[in-house]
Amino acid sequence: MTPDSNPPILELRDLTVSYRTGGRGSDALRGVSLAVERGQTYGLVGESGSGKSTLALAVMRYLGGEGAVARGEIRFDGRDLLALSPADLRRIWGREMALVPQDPFTALNPAMRIGEQLAEGLRLRFGLNPAEARAAALDALRSVRLPDAERAADSYPHQLSGGQQQRVLIALALSGRPKLLVLDEPTTALDVTTEAAVLDLVRDLTRAAGASALYVTHNLGVVAGRTERVAVLYASELVEDAPTADLFRQPLHPYTRGLLDSVPRLGQRKDERRLTGIDGSIPPPGDLPPGCVFEPRCPLAVDRCRAERPALDEPLPGRRVRCHRWPEILSGEVSARRELPPALPSATESGEPLLRLEDVTVRYPLRRTAAETLRREPKKAVRAVSGVSLSLKQGRTLGIVGESGSGKTSLARAIVGLVQRSDGDIHLMEVELPPRLSQRGRALLAQLQMVFQNPEEALNPYLTVGESLSRPLVNLLGVSRAEARQRAGDLLEAVRLPRTYAARLPAQLSGGEKQRVAIARAFAANPALLLADEPVSSLDVSVQANILNLLTDLQREHAAATLFISHDIAVVAYLADEVAVMYLGQLMETGPAAALFEPPYHPYTEALLSAIPAPDPTVRQAAIRLAGELPSAVDVPSGCPFHTRCPRALGAVCETQTPPWQTAPGGKRIFCHIPVEELAAQQLPVVVFGGEGE
Amino acid sequence: MLIYLLRRLGFLGLTVVVTSLLVFLIAQVLPGDVCRVILGREAGEARIAECRADLHLDDPAPVRYLRWLADFARGDWGESYATGFEIRPLVLDRLRMSLMLAGLTFVVAVPLAVALGMLAAVNRGKWLDTVISLGSLAVVGLPEFVTGILLIELVAFRVPWLPASSSLPVGAPFRAALPALVLPALTATLVLLAYIARLTRAGVVEELKQNYVRTAELKGLPRLTVLVKHVLRNALLPTITVVAISAGWLVSGLVVIENVFNYPGLGRLLVFAIDRRDLPALQAIVMLTVVAFALANLAADLLYAALNPRIRVG
Ligand code: SF4
Ligand code: SF4
Repeated sequence: MTPDSNPPILELRDLTVSYRTGGRGSDALRGVSLAVERGQTYGLVGESGSGKSTLALAVMRYLGGEGAVARGEIRFDGRDLLALSPADLRRIWGREMALVPQDPFTALNPAMRIGEQLAEGLRLRFGLNPAEARAAALDALRSVRLPDAERAADSYPHQLSGGQQQRVLIALALSGRPKLLVLDEPTTALDVTTEAAVLDLVRDLTRAAGASALYVTHNLGVVAGRTERVAVLYASELVEDAPTADLFRQPLHPYTRGLLDSVPRLGQRKDERRLTGIDGSIPPPGDLPPGCVFEPRCPLAVDRCRAERPALDEPLPGRRVRCHRWPEILSGEVSARRELPPALPSATESGEPLLRLEDVTVRYPLRRTAAETLRREPKKAVRAVSGVSLSLKQGRTLGIVGESGSGKTSLARAIVGLVQRSDGDIHLMEVELPPRLSQRGRALLAQLQMVFQNPEEALNPYLTVGESLSRPLVNLLGVSRAEARQRAGDLLEAVRLPRTYAARLPAQLSGGEKQRVAIARAFAANPALLLADEPVSSLDVSVQANILNLLTDLQREHAAATLFISHDIAVVAYLADEVAVMYLGQLMETGPAAALFEPPYHPYTEALLSAIPAPDPTVRQAAIRLAGELPSAVDVPSGCPFHTRCPRALGAVCETQTPPWQTAPGGKRIFCHIPVEELAAQQLPVVVFGGEGE
Repeated sequence: MLIYLLRRLGFLGLTVVVTSLLVFLIAQVLPGDVCRVILGREAGEARIAECRADLHLDDPAPVRYLRWLADFARGDWGESYATGFEIRPLVLDRLRMSLMLAGLTFVVAVPLAVALGMLAAVNRGKWLDTVISLGSLAVVGLPEFVTGILLIELVAFRVPWLPASSSLPVGAPFRAALPALVLPALTATLVLLAYIARLTRAGVVEELKQNYVRTAELKGLPRLTVLVKHVLRNALLPTITVVAISAGWLVSGLVVIENVFNYPGLGRLLVFAIDRRDLPALQAIVMLTVVAFALANLAADLLYAALNPRIRVG
């Protein structure tokens, strides 16, 4: 025991964790030191490969077979965690420290009722009898605001939604009244509105219990509003550590700077200030640079950085940074901020629409079960998209925002012809698009290209990059093979990849590089319309920004229209000229992106905007949280589909009558029974911007 | 759940019907006239014709099939060509003997196999795992008759109260039959044991990687609770299905084992019936075996559903 009467709840000293794979050890963490004070919320930010999940598990001392602490110390509540026996650890787990894991869908035992999964721990920890444990389990479920605790307790995990399962996991973690809660990407699997509610809950509950929390996440927005301190991990090392507000206001490490400039601030637009991103990619753990780990990607790198590993210095009280050049950065002599010229404004709105959707509807019929057929129930269908009308002009970008279940992907697939629309018309350049892909001629196929979310699946793993790129040229445009090869090289250059990549196979590329190739391929046929379905959501933020820039530039060069589909409102607002918001298969609001953050809003948009995890602690957001769960697309609520959760619902009208489309002053169109004037009068801006950083 | 059960039952019925068709058809395409077989080569044409009429052999095939099926369902399984006795009591007695052997095997083999598989999985990569894995691999590789003969050589000749030959009076009660059951059951157990242990090990290894195991561990539950209450239940799901399918193996395995040990079960009778071209007996044995196999599968399905809430509740 330390003589110190009030040591930090968690202290890592020079922690090095190694994984041993195939006989070769590599460090997943190198010399990480940090301290979480009692009652503090601490954020730990890192991209994939940074070692952040290893850190979360190391703190729990649950590293699994291959990982081991090679050096350093973990002190928990004054005790040396590494010296504890397995039996001692089991006394600490769940009781003094608890983990909220990453993926709610796999973290609960599928074959055990929720109530028992909570109660078994309670019986053990507090010696409760079964009845007491059941009551305590119900209390725990109520504390995370599950609407029907009894029912949840009697459910199996698969009967709950992801958000509900995540709440159960939080209830589970908090039920032992731990002193430290470790949250490993607690909301990555959730939609924004659910994410916001869950994060609020964790904040309130930890605060009430006086517990400390360590948020491990890749999402700067998650830590910005909810932590007191933030540490940044890069390539197994801690590179910066500061009070949250200071870190966002004045990052001292070039990597932190790069990260902050890679994500759009709320309201940031591409034609005002560009995202800059960070070039290159994180080095593989077995092959770290000898000097500063960030040196290969750092815009400020000098010779010294290549030769000498920087120490973790303390430039200001309470701030630590691992960079040779912090004195110059601190004084403002140099800055790692990179300035890119803003994107040129998009083509004007005049002219005929290039793409026109009228009443597009996509239904997936469901097979009736035997019992339903016997009872002669009508055939059911999932109404993925209902009556969507939209138009898009040449050279412009339309962003479609929606949470999972909003139908945005089905809509995109119906346009491309990957699913058949059940109703409605789609015109591309005044030509009606046949519903099926197979009915569309080559010329049409060439006009409409798509970039998918997951570049792993989009590229044929057996074709070289060059072959992937020349195929559409040969098949759709009838270019000769020799010329196609030449042009494939040009395309690679256009997406800022070396020409030599033509000979590589997808497996030899990083995720970001694959997505570049997918984009190059989409532009190969010189399409009139590019459909991008979540093209950056599987990528790290530092890579995201570069891909978004690339899309913008190429779109500009090719004068193509873009339909950009994403769950990330900040990104859509940054990139798009117009935004359409979808909920349960229907449009709720459309309008110019520049007006997105200005009231009046559709009540759903209002909730959505208030839930965005803003990567900026100075931003103030109203806390509008939606009650209940997303209704099933099989039984879409009557009247306004949003009425079951709408905080502004008017009652009977909303429940029975389809709302009208109203036009608001800024050019917004809103699908709601409340007159726009009234909305405008009732609504304050949901997002209030604080001072600009630096 | 009810629908699930009905569907399974329907499936079972279908299996039995299809098999009965097959069994019937095989009897039809088998060369040789049944009456010739019964009456022998020297019988005159007249007697043959009389016999054919007796057995309705000249009716159209569908009629004969339905009649046979109806008789069978009523419990009239005919008389053995070879011995002239009624088949039903004979076959049912033998079935009881076989079930004794199979039951004993199951009761010993399954829990032991699961425990061994679990032990191996938990100690993955350590010496205990290597011993169990190699041991089971070796036993799986040996045919039953080799294992059986080895056991007779190694055990029966040394332990006086264990008979090398398990021939028994057919109606012997379980207690009296027990000493004679030990070696055949042990042989069957060894093979089954190895098989199930390997499956369980694979299942547990797979489950141990799942995230919910970490959740359970980090509740601070004792290791044994985590393993038995959380891991095992999920790990056994795939095992159950495969074990049910391997019930089919158990049948054929038992045929061999019963013959090695001279044990008077259905398997012995089967070989005997084949030997004598005793068609009605053969048909009855095959039908019974298939029904038993289908029932085993049904039991496995129900157990699977009971353990897997995703099937049990919507
Ligand atoms: S030490 Fe050098 S390379 Fe590393 S972050 Fe600082 S300036 Fe960049
Ligand atoms: S129509 Fe009614 S329920 Fe729908 S958004 Fe407007 S107020 Fe809410």
